[in-house]
Amino acid sequence: MSAENIRAVDAELGQQLLKEMLLIRRFEEKSAEMYALGKIGGFLHLYIGQEAVAVGAISTIGRDDYAIASYRDHGHCLAKGADPKRVMAELFGRRDGLSKGKGGSMHLFDRSVNFMGGHAIVGQHLPLAAGVGFAIKYEGKDQVILCFFGDGAVPEGEFHEAMNLSALWKLPVVYICENNRYAMGTEIHRALSQTDVYKFSAAYGIPGEAVDGMDVLAVRESVARAVERARREKTPALIEARTYRFRGHSMRDPSAAIYRTKEEVEREKQRDPIALFRDRLVKDNLLSEMEWQTIEKEVTEIVEEAVIFADNSPEPPLEWLLTDVYRESGSGVRGSGFADPPEPR
Amino acid sequence: MPVITYREALNLALREEMRRDPRVFIMGEEVGLYEGAYKVTQGLLKEFGAKRVIDTPISESGFTGVGIGAAMAGLRPVVEMMTFNFAILALDQIVNSAAKLLYMSGGQYNIPLVIRGPGGPAHQLAAQHSQSMESYFCHVPGLKVVRPSTPEDAKGLLKSAIRDENPVIFIEAETLYGMKGEVPDDPEFLIPLGQAVVRRQGSDVTVIAYMGMMYRVMEVADELEKEGISIEVVDPRTLRPMDTETILNSVRKTHRAVVAEAGAGFAGMGSEIAAFITENAFDDLDAPVERVTGANAPMPYAKNLEQAKTPSKEKIIEAIRSVAYV
Repeated sequence: MSAENIRAVDAELGQQLLKEMLLIRRFEEKSAEMYALGKIGGFLHLYIGQEAVAVGAISTIGRDDYAIASYRDHGHCLAKGADPKRVMAELFGRRDGLSKGKGGSMHLFDRSVNFMGGHAIVGQHLPLAAGVGFAIKYEGKDQVILCFFGDGAVPEGEFHEAMNLSALWKLPVVYICENNRYAMGTEIHRALSQTDVYKFSAAYGIPGEAVDGMDVLAVRESVARAVERARREKTPALIEARTYRFRGHSMRDPSAAIYRTKEEVEREKQRDPIALFRDRLVKDNLLSEMEWQTIEKEVTEIVEEAVIFADNSPEPPLEWLLTDVYRESGSGVRGSGFADPPEPR
Repeated sequence: MPVITYREALNLALREEMRRDPRVFIMGEEVGLYEGAYKVTQGLLKEFGAKRVIDTPISESGFTGVGIGAAMAGLRPVVEMMTFNFAILALDQIVNSAAKLLYMSGGQYNIPLVIRGPGGPAHQLAAQHSQSMESYFCHVPGLKVVRPSTPEDAKGLLKSAIRDENPVIFIEAETLYGMKGEVPDDPEFLIPLGQAVVRRQGSDVTVIAYMGMMYRVMEVADELEKEGISIEVVDPRTLRPMDTETILNSVRKTHRAVVAEAGAGFAGMGSEIAAFITENAFDDLDAPVERVTGANAPMPYAKNLEQAKTPSKEKIIEAIRSVAYV
């Protein structure tokens, strides 16, 4: 697709984007419930409020292209096309989870749709994205990789190393900083001397721009332009999507009110990317009330099915504790105990 | 059989594997135009070009991450650390990415990657450029760790490391690069990872040692032979996975064991080796396992202090006498 007419959505595409965002929203609301019930443990970082970034960005690439994310990864994994049932099973720590229950919420991977994780050391996956870009170029292919991270990664050395290497070697990587203004509880002006994250692109001589991360079409337009350039010219880009996380940093930060005010959160919720886009589609006669209800019903069913699937999936067998630590040389097959994933959604 | 240096053996291994498999490439600081800080990559840029011999800026975490990402996407990178001391900057990528991605992804992404370069004590390079780091890496499930003591091992083990499906930490030594030895020129000559070698047969005491310490132990063995003490020297070659069988077989024969290592002793390789001998061959032992280790101090610069930091022949002999009760 070309970037010029990308804003021109028809009903089909508009409703598809809306449905994908709503799926992430409902999936995560359900995940929070399951966490409260003790079905999900550990850390659970919700993406609620930021859905337009993953959905808008990933809608510009194909299944053969790559995406990689930080630990707040449910949205990206679902948007890349992973089966919600297997994502939920992973959150439950069950054998049919994407990572066989060994990764959990922060380490979702789905090779069948080129979703490369789920990385939970801040900044760590930016050089990995550069490496995937390196491999694409090395093999003369025309794929791209989208790399999602938060504003919290920007002060890390790995952000700057990855920017420099990608610019120096002209790698087809689109870096998408989801600036939700808070690295856990640290507001961006307390962490960065330059709070306009996109401006770091100038230092590395690569294209960069800020975009409204609550507007799925604006994200789509900006990322499409960067993707097209990355494919054609093997040029990286840095896009700063300005967004907001409606929930706490994780489920262990339920009130999220120590470091920001309730008023601020309520104000930001007025920019809810799903409500805004739904209203816009309605206004443009691209969505009827009936169609909206159908979308809601379908999404609810997908999420309910995911929970039933996850609940029915057994715990991983104890032998799996010691599988996948090493891959047998020359086997050419996936680690022992691996069940091939079903066809993605 | 051709006689070449340890450095040339590594170079040959890289050349042969790069000729065999177009997915193999090497990246690191000064590996191309400069031909390697220790000249291990001499001539590679000329033969393979800048696409496959890649000079990196000084960004250890960055380019190690690039290697790991490239491995996720199907390539087989060799990442050179100019010295292994610099790998500490990349420890997050090595420990949290390379070692764990296969497991965290439930078997979906393996990382066929070699990280190689010199490590261990060198000559008056002081605390930050002269240290043994193998025990750091050995502690991490998912990594393989190799320490090749001879030119032949350097070639055969590096080739196996490059063909391995897992991340391999391959630590050479500045002090061995110039050493000469017979090395097979067969491009299919491989030494499997995880296979120890008995460097010297003996009947009274087993000494486990590798790299520079192994050579020191061999000298000690010659000296003690004259006194009628027969030493068996076992070189593990691969530290993880370790060939415990060869070590235990030797201990079951000699009933006495000493582990000699250059690294600081606390939580070192010797601790691990002594522990598994004790756990698995306690009834075969006629004496407690002795460890001879580097001093628990950073590496000093002054020549005399530096010499005192690594175990001397005298200390090795003392330990052997202690387990042999002579």
